[in-house]
Amino acid sequence: MKKVVDIDDIKPLIKDGMTLMIGGFLACGTPEKLIDLLVDMNVKELTIIANDTAFPDRGIGRLVVNGQVKKVIVSHIGTNPETGRLMNEGKMEVELCPQGTLIERIRAGGAGLGGVLTPTGVGTIVEEGKQKLNINGKEYILELPLKADISLVKGNIVDEMGNIFYKGTTRNFNPIIAFAADTVIVEADEIVNIGQLTPEEVMTPGVVVNYVIKGGE
Amino acid sequence: MIPNADLAKEIIAKRIAKELKDGQLVNLGIGLPTLVSNYVPEEVQVIFQSENGMVGMGPMPEVGMEDKNITNAGGIPVTVLPGGAFFDSSISFALIRGGHVDITVLGALEVDQEGNLANWIIPGKMVPGMGGAMDLVVGAKKVIVAMQHTSKGQPKILKKCRLPLTAKGEVNMIVTELCVLEVTEKGLILKEIYKDTTVEEIKNLTEAELIIPEDIKTMNI
Repeated sequence: MKKVVDIDDIKPLIKDGMTLMIGGFLACGTPEKLIDLLVDMNVKELTIIANDTAFPDRGIGRLVVNGQVKKVIVSHIGTNPETGRLMNEGKMEVELCPQGTLIERIRAGGAGLGGVLTPTGVGTIVEEGKQKLNINGKEYILELPLKADISLVKGNIVDEMGNIFYKGTTRNFNPIIAFAADTVIVEADEIVNIGQLTPEEVMTPGVVVNYVIKGGE
Repeated sequence: MIPNADLAKEIIAKRIAKELKDGQLVNLGIGLPTLVSNYVPEEVQVIFQSENGMVGMGPMPEVGMEDKNITNAGGIPVTVLPGGAFFDSSISFALIRGGHVDITVLGALEVDQEGNLANWIIPGKMVPGMGGAMDLVVGAKKVIVAMQHTSKGQPKILKKCRLPLTAKGEVNMIVTELCVLEVTEKGLILKEIYKDTTVEEIKNLTEAELIIPEDIKTMNI
């Protein structure tokens, strides 16, 4: 299977109403060229699972500003006033989830687990409506797994097998969301031939990746 | 006399820096807590964690030397020191929740005498979200709240938090520009006071009950 494709080949995969996971932490490690594509296509009613809604002019924030998002499941919206405004006007649903819980819910979704037990949020409104378990005398909240139709991942160096190497702090949610969607699309700063990344350098195995597109520097 | 905001932040950051011990792994929140890194004593080597996926975080880069691939949890370009490491968010929160972080320093909207903390939402007004704060407070071995003693003259150290909580009973220490408080099972103990204030002034600006020991120290900054 040839994984490296032109960005236009991605278009038929993306539809209104889909659930997307998008990598990045305040737009560091977010696939901006794929965000460009979503903005150009103007797909609507998206549910977005990501760490945050970034900034109005960067990363996931651009989809929010463009009115394409029905719901977000994120840990933080403070850097994008538009998210708060749309939430307060009832035009967008926001589910806030503690960051460490959010990433483990995604990991559970991608790893075939039925959920995770975490002490985070016990005694706060985060526990409302959730099952709690007492394990060895300590209380935990049962948090359920998350999955998506498509994950949009950003890699720095990606080989033709889809193997990914991440630089610096761009890794964040990317390797985890790469396991939790039916279709995984990676935007690469640089695409290299098979063998140019050593197996030891690979941080996300390409076996979970469906498509690789060339990003812009 | 209550120090002005700039001096208050300096006092708080300097005092908390003295809590850091050689070899500790430390997470500093965005804003005032970040200032703590400016005052770490030379003989103390600590490792700073940033929850977006790094240990060994260094200072801000010089202008023009920024690397867009290396940022802190506020999305601001930072540097990584020799011996540092990058990892994904799952590993980062395994460090945090798993008790591998020795100290977390973070701000507060409210804190109370039972060690409860509120710092992520003012319903109807401000909803930034909890980010990593709930995990940090639950997981770190020691939780230090860094904040100005009052907000617009109103107490922030309360008998019981009124805002939705970040975590229940997890705060160990509160450092303001006026005093250092230790959270214990008996309540808040007034350990140290700033040189220009009095126990009476602190009591007037605090809603919580304070336990006043006989040997209150002057804050050493």
